[in-house]
Amino acid sequence: MVLELQKPRPIWQIMFSTHHTDVGLLYLITSLGFLFLGGALALAIRAELFLPGAQIIGDAMTFNRIFTVHGTTLIFLFIIPFASSVGNYYVPIMVRYKDMAYPKLNAIAFWMIPPGGALIWLGFADFTWYATPPYSIISAPGPAADMWIFGLKILGISSVLGAINFIVTILKCKHPDMSIGQVPLLAWSFLSSSLIILVAIPTFAAALLMLLTDRLGVSGFFNPAMGGDPIAYAHLFWFTFHPEVYVLVIPAIGMMYEIIPRFSRKPIYSYNSGVFAFVLLSIVGFSSWAHHMYATGMSFTEKTVFMVGTLAAVPASAMHVFNFVATMWNARIKFLTPMMWSVGGIALFFSAGAGGVANAAMPLDFTTHDTYWVVGHFHLFVMGTIAFGSIGFLYYMFPYVTGRMYNETMGKIHFIMSFVGTVLVFFTQHVLGLYGMPRRIFDYPPIPEWIAMNQIATVGAMIIGVSMAIFLANMIYSSGKGKPANTEDPFGVGGKYYYPFEAKNPSH
Amino acid sequence: MGGHSNWPEWIYIGVVVALMVWVGAEAWEAERLVEHVPEGAETIIVTGQQWFWTFEHEDGTKEIGELHVEVGKAYKLEIVSKDVNHSFNIHDYVVLMDAIPGRVNTVWFAPTDAGEHDIQCREYCGLIHYNMRGKLIVEDPTA
Repeated sequence: MVLELQKPRPIWQIMFSTHHTDVGLLYLITSLGFLFLGGALALAIRAELFLPGAQIIGDAMTFNRIFTVHGTTLIFLFIIPFASSVGNYYVPIMVRYKDMAYPKLNAIAFWMIPPGGALIWLGFADFTWYATPPYSIISAPGPAADMWIFGLKILGISSVLGAINFIVTILKCKHPDMSIGQVPLLAWSFLSSSLIILVAIPTFAAALLMLLTDRLGVSGFFNPAMGGDPIAYAHLFWFTFHPEVYVLVIPAIGMMYEIIPRFSRKPIYSYNSGVFAFVLLSIVGFSSWAHHMYATGMSFTEKTVFMVGTLAAVPASAMHVFNFVATMWNARIKFLTPMMWSVGGIALFFSAGAGGVANAAMPLDFTTHDTYWVVGHFHLFVMGTIAFGSIGFLYYMFPYVTGRMYNETMGKIHFIMSFVGTVLVFFTQHVLGLYGMPRRIFDYPPIPEWIAMNQIATVGAMIIGVSMAIFLANMIYSSGKGKPANTEDPFGVGGKYYYPFEAKNPSH
Repeated sequence: MGGHSNWPEWIYIGVVVALMVWVGAEAWEAERLVEHVPEGAETIIVTGQQWFWTFEHEDGTKEIGELHVEVGKAYKLEIVSKDVNHSFNIHDYVVLMDAIPGRVNTVWFAPTDAGEHDIQCREYCGLIHYNMRGKLIVEDPTA
């Protein structure tokens, strides 16, 4: 057990430890902190959009800053660190090694997150998480924009270091008796997402440096006034961040691969197709970046190529869904909280994927591009699949981390409220986009359909907000006062678990 | 792989691939039609800047914030920007094209009925992005 609340260790022992479970715990707590911070900003945005006109936030600049920091926080400071925490806990154990390959590097990678997060939050930049030039070069107020750039640079280095560590741990440190074809799917998911990071992030690191020198006025890579091309930035950005959505989603799918067979009490339907789909997804993820840019004046040929590349990702994702459904088919499923989150996540993954096909098809893209459709679409992925997978896994690992059980009823209430809220917010936003509401707007004209749907979305967001408060209360109370868990088999689904309670921390 | 057969998965993947091929082919065909600017379309230069739209007709008349067009004619819009990226959008006619400084992007449309439609900016362009709106006024010269 890692977080021994009965015999607490001094906090600095955990902070300065390089053991993989301690670093995982630090990642976990940091990422959850940022989840609540970013979520609070989301509630502020939704509250402001409840009615047309300025009510809660008051001025457009503050609103623009809020949605920028909301997006940056939840992607870079919640989802990625959360995946790292799960990877840190489980990957060394799954490949049967005593720690990560480079423990000190691991701790360094974690300790880059607090300064990166501080730069983003203290700067509170306003140029959206794309930081699209030329706005980000000539109009975005400094030093907020510069702080954002430095913050993201640090976070980028942190993820590259983490990715190197995962790749080496899985490929070089796995037990000699274990072939690569026996590595659990969760570890496979970290291997494929780490490989994507290694290819994608350096591209964005280069783009950020160019953006910074452009802002300093010494270069003009993306500044048309100095002969540069803003579209070049868009290519570099999306070459990183389209594959990056797979970096976010692949570990979440991997977590579901851990939960669903366990709670279905059946082996996974097809291990090989899971591995194949991970690897395929991490390759075709790179062939689809420019579908974010159909409206920038690309040629017909370019658009066609990228449409084909984008559609190619659909069968790979569909294989996972098939695998999950086939595993649950005819199984004696035990619907405890982690399983409910995973099943809900699959349902929303499927609907978000269906919406994604509409974005990929060229002519449809022009009705949906930069409207609330897109907001609904990717939030359905990010919240509906990635956060659902992550939170489900958090409940799953809770007994191992704390040695205690969470409150099952509260967990189920949390799931049901979140699911209802997610459907209310993000399905409505799809429709709102079809009515033509642009994204990132502080205020909207009083069109009756827009008002009605914004209100539904805001109510949904508040339901999610309340469920998250229940979640927080459950986590805090149960980690201190919850009933002690049976660490052999806390969920009573049979079979022996081989997870962190076996990973003895050498420092105690 | 174990003791079960894999044919359901193969059929399923086949169906998904076939669906995607169909979606792709339909989209390709539709896009080919959409991209084809009709002969004799009148050119309007659309300029985006923080935070309003300017329109220049072929005969040199300029309008700010409002665009007057006639029913039954085809219009080719040449979209440019003076400062940062914007995106020109007439939602009711599914017209969408980014205004990018240093580039001229074209898009076309042909209004069918008289009436008023909203023009809006869909790409984040700073403080008053939310209010970078305009009006498309379609007139029927015969009425």
